[in-house]
Amino acid sequence: MQDGNSGAVVVANEVTRRYGKGDTAVDALRGVSLEIAEGKLTAVMGPSGSGKSTLMHILAGLDKPTEGSVTIAGTEITRLKDSDLTKLRRRHIGFVFQFFNLLPMLNAEENIVLPLSIASQKPDPAFFADLIDKVGLADRLTHRPAELSGGQQQRVAIARALVSRPTVLFADEPTGNLDSTTSAGILELMRDSVESYGQTMVMVTHEARAAAIADRVLFLADGLIVRDMPRTSQGDILAAMTELTAVV
Amino acid sequence: MIRFALKGMLGRKLRTILTAIAIVLGVTMVSGTYVLTDSIDQAFDSIFTDVRAGSSVVISGKSAFDLSDGSGATAPAFDESLLEEVRGLPGVQAAEASVDTESAQLIGDDGKAIVYGGAPNLGFSIANGDSQFNPLTLVEGEWPGPNEVVIDESTVDKEDFKIGQEVGVQAAGPVERLRISGVTRFGSVSTIGGATLAGFDLRTAQRLFDREGKLDEIAVAAEAGVSDVELLRQIRTILPEDTQVLAAEQQAEEDASDTNEFITFLQGFLLAFAGIALFVGSFVIANSLSITIAQRTREFATVRTLGASRRQVLGSLVLEALVIGALSSLVGLFLGLGLAKLLFWLFEAVGFTLPNQGLIFETRTIVVSLIVGILVTLFASLRPALRATRVPPIAAVREGATLPPSRFARFRTVGSLALTALGFAALAYGLFADGLSTTQLLVWMGLGALLIFIGVALFAPRIVRPLASTLGWPATKMGGAAGQLARDNSRRNPQRTASTASALMIGLALVTLVAVLAQGITTTFTRSVEQIFTSDYAITAQNNFAPIPIAAAAAAAKAPGVEAVANVRTGEGRINNTNEFVTAVDPGAESAITLEWKEGSQEVLGQLGREGAFVDEGYAEDNDLSLGSPIEVLTPAGKTLELTVKGVFDPPTGGSPFGVVTFSSETFDENYVSPRNLYSFIQMDGDVTEANTEALKASLADFPNAKAQTRAEFVDNQISALSSILNILYVLLALSVVVSLFGIVNTLVLTVFERTREIGMLRAVGMTRRQVRRMVRHESVITALIGGVLGIVLGVVLGGLLVARVEFIEFSLPTTQLVIFAIATIVVGILAAIFPARRAARLDPLRALQYE
Repeated sequence: MQDGNSGAVVVANEVTRRYGKGDTAVDALRGVSLEIAEGKLTAVMGPSGSGKSTLMHILAGLDKPTEGSVTIAGTEITRLKDSDLTKLRRRHIGFVFQFFNLLPMLNAEENIVLPLSIASQKPDPAFFADLIDKVGLADRLTHRPAELSGGQQQRVAIARALVSRPTVLFADEPTGNLDSTTSAGILELMRDSVESYGQTMVMVTHEARAAAIADRVLFLADGLIVRDMPRTSQGDILAAMTELTAVV
Repeated sequence: MIRFALKGMLGRKLRTILTAIAIVLGVTMVSGTYVLTDSIDQAFDSIFTDVRAGSSVVISGKSAFDLSDGSGATAPAFDESLLEEVRGLPGVQAAEASVDTESAQLIGDDGKAIVYGGAPNLGFSIANGDSQFNPLTLVEGEWPGPNEVVIDESTVDKEDFKIGQEVGVQAAGPVERLRISGVTRFGSVSTIGGATLAGFDLRTAQRLFDREGKLDEIAVAAEAGVSDVELLRQIRTILPEDTQVLAAEQQAEEDASDTNEFITFLQGFLLAFAGIALFVGSFVIANSLSITIAQRTREFATVRTLGASRRQVLGSLVLEALVIGALSSLVGLFLGLGLAKLLFWLFEAVGFTLPNQGLIFETRTIVVSLIVGILVTLFASLRPALRATRVPPIAAVREGATLPPSRFARFRTVGSLALTALGFAALAYGLFADGLSTTQLLVWMGLGALLIFIGVALFAPRIVRPLASTLGWPATKMGGAAGQLARDNSRRNPQRTASTASALMIGLALVTLVAVLAQGITTTFTRSVEQIFTSDYAITAQNNFAPIPIAAAAAAAKAPGVEAVANVRTGEGRINNTNEFVTAVDPGAESAITLEWKEGSQEVLGQLGREGAFVDEGYAEDNDLSLGSPIEVLTPAGKTLELTVKGVFDPPTGGSPFGVVTFSSETFDENYVSPRNLYSFIQMDGDVTEANTEALKASLADFPNAKAQTRAEFVDNQISALSSILNILYVLLALSVVVSLFGIVNTLVLTVFERTREIGMLRAVGMTRRQVRRMVRHESVITALIGGVLGIVLGVVLGGLLVARVEFIEFSLPTTQLVIFAIATIVVGILAAIFPARRAARLDPLRALQYE
């Protein structure tokens, strides 16, 4: 199934994304190829306008590339029908958003199990208990999002993304809307999920501190991957970013 | 997903309730109509069955042809000798004769006729007290002897009559004074539709009704063991030609046919208005849901990223609509019971008491109300729900994501114009195509109006901006910065403003349509009266339309100063195998009224003689009649009148008091049962003067049910019936306006919610609460005015088309009413803004800024 690249759950091949037509056309991505390794946390960094968000949207099947292909768990997704893409999302994809995107009328527990409810499944009680314990929401399950702090809301969102044990979890600036203390807790939780559940994650961020928890950091500039670093320190990442910004 | 849908509604209680009100009101009307008409039906059925309870079979007079219902024409009476013959038949246990009338006028102690609205004044002979044929029970006193009368309890109470006192009764002749011998009640019913009931012994009744030696009915009871069929066979052997015999149940059905027809009409009539309210309600729902769904774009995108399919999004919204529809229908269903009570009370207040033996709640009422309410809600929610399924998952990560435009958005302008054109085509076809039945005509017109409303509503977003600029101009002058912002806000989302205004447009278009028709009828009618009624006074019944005894006009003719009297009698005749409305005049008409003659001349009126007749122009053309043509008129009594055309007149647009064929009253009186006048026109020496008026009034002293009036009074009185019909129409249409008012409230509440941050910012930069309120109020008024202007223009156009179709109406613009409607529109806008404006003003600026 996984065409020889054992260990890669997401594969992008020569992905370009062009917005607009003719003279006003803008290339957000200009032929990006990459493989996301199973069980690892990959961070995508880059200055604004570098195309990092577009890349994540395309990898996650939210947006379609102008050219190139994307494979998730062995399935080429760029030509899938909406209904097949929906099925793929249920089995293979989890999302964590910058603004949490919790449903205000549902309580924490209902929000967490929503992906399973949508797919008409029931949570595995043992895993669910463990998950709640890990995200530290045991005494908050009956609260509505409005009654939770930002950090707690993001924990609910992470639990929601993990509950269906997706092949890959995409996180879009997960700490972008939180203060630094709270951010640290969230990053710790994400790292912990990778370690204990072997959860594959792709995180888009512009914070060096967030990227520092990743197993691999990709740097994007002008729609191309310009650097690919293995797990490294916050300082090295900052230096790389500075260098990048200077070049641009 | 189900939980997602239901919780979503609970999380938006206010919005859900505001949306639901639109459906609740419509369903209330549907359910109320059924409860009301079923209850009346039941009450009438029991009345008609009670009347025949003691009879096996009933013998009655037979007309030579089936009389049209509601024409007031009566079957001829038969000779009373039949009674003894029937009593002598084998198998007959008992038989009782009776006479009856719908115009036994009771005269109050103040000398005035006792009339409750348009209800009839029933008079009849009653069988000896303990007779099985007597449906009345005696509450007090004795059954009537000669020159005595028993009166129903409700009238006795209202008029404060005492047993033993004398009361005036007038039927065919002048008033007679009779002693009240007792008070009666009809079965368990307190009142039969406001009618007065007067019972007499047979001889007294025959004299009062001018039926000496004649009978209207014989009720027969069979001996034990004799079947109705056997009894019918026996009676048929001796039955004279001018009578018929029916089994009692069959007779009861026949008695009920008039009222049943009325109830069916009332039901259809009220349901039509319920339909209009629901139609308006569907606009309100569709609009509210569109706004709510637009505000929830991000939510839908998020659940899509979590793996929800389009179908699931659609499903959850449809489920939401289903629940709203079901709950509001249920509420409406029960409110309908209250509405039925209210309507009973309302009809009584306008003097038209309906019989009521308790409310009837049929299964059909429940089923229809629920189905209609749910279907309308579902249907209205379909378009917004389908749009929600088009929200792409990526909208979950975009700030300020909006709903994608509908797939059909680019066809909107063309489509809306095509729909409108199609609507006008359907309307024109209904109005002007030949040979359509009334039902077909109404269906085509309804369909046309429906399409026009939808078409204009869809097109409206294109004209909202210019309309809002113009109509909002006063707001910018009066409201300062708040007014300026209000105008801009109303132009911000043209589609939303347009849908909100469209709901109000429908109600106003219909109200305007009614006003245009009414104005047309009034002007044309007045003109016709002025053309024909060239004498000084007219005499009609107190209620303006009931026929009155000819003795009344005869008495008036003797008043000092009377120069000429033109009496117009009405009846029904069968000509060329169709029932026609025929009239008769006396020679005095020549100098009391003026007709325009195509053939013959004014003198014809005085020279009809025994065989002369004149016809109206349209009828003459259709039937190829001209001077000298013979016409045969079959009377209800079975006699054929052989008449000759002596004149052809051209009736004015507004109609004339004459039927298709008019002959002399001399001929009429010889051939019609109890001839009565519809109108009498009187020419007096010196025209209208106080002395003349007094003289006429004095001459009518014995006929309290007749009144003399001048031409202007006559016009007013004749039109007064129209005004009460108009008022009923306005009240019923007001319901749709109320529904659209809630639509405006709903839109404003949702808009305020959506602009929370913006309002917070405005407050933060110094806008006062009062200014916030003013801003919302002005936006509301501008929206209402857009609906009002569209509605009034559409109403005038539709009314104009209708007037063009109806021959007897000419177009005339009801300027006063239109101004009133415009003011009412502004009031609707102000009322709708009260609640949303208060909510907006209460927003804490700080919290408003923190929102989301």
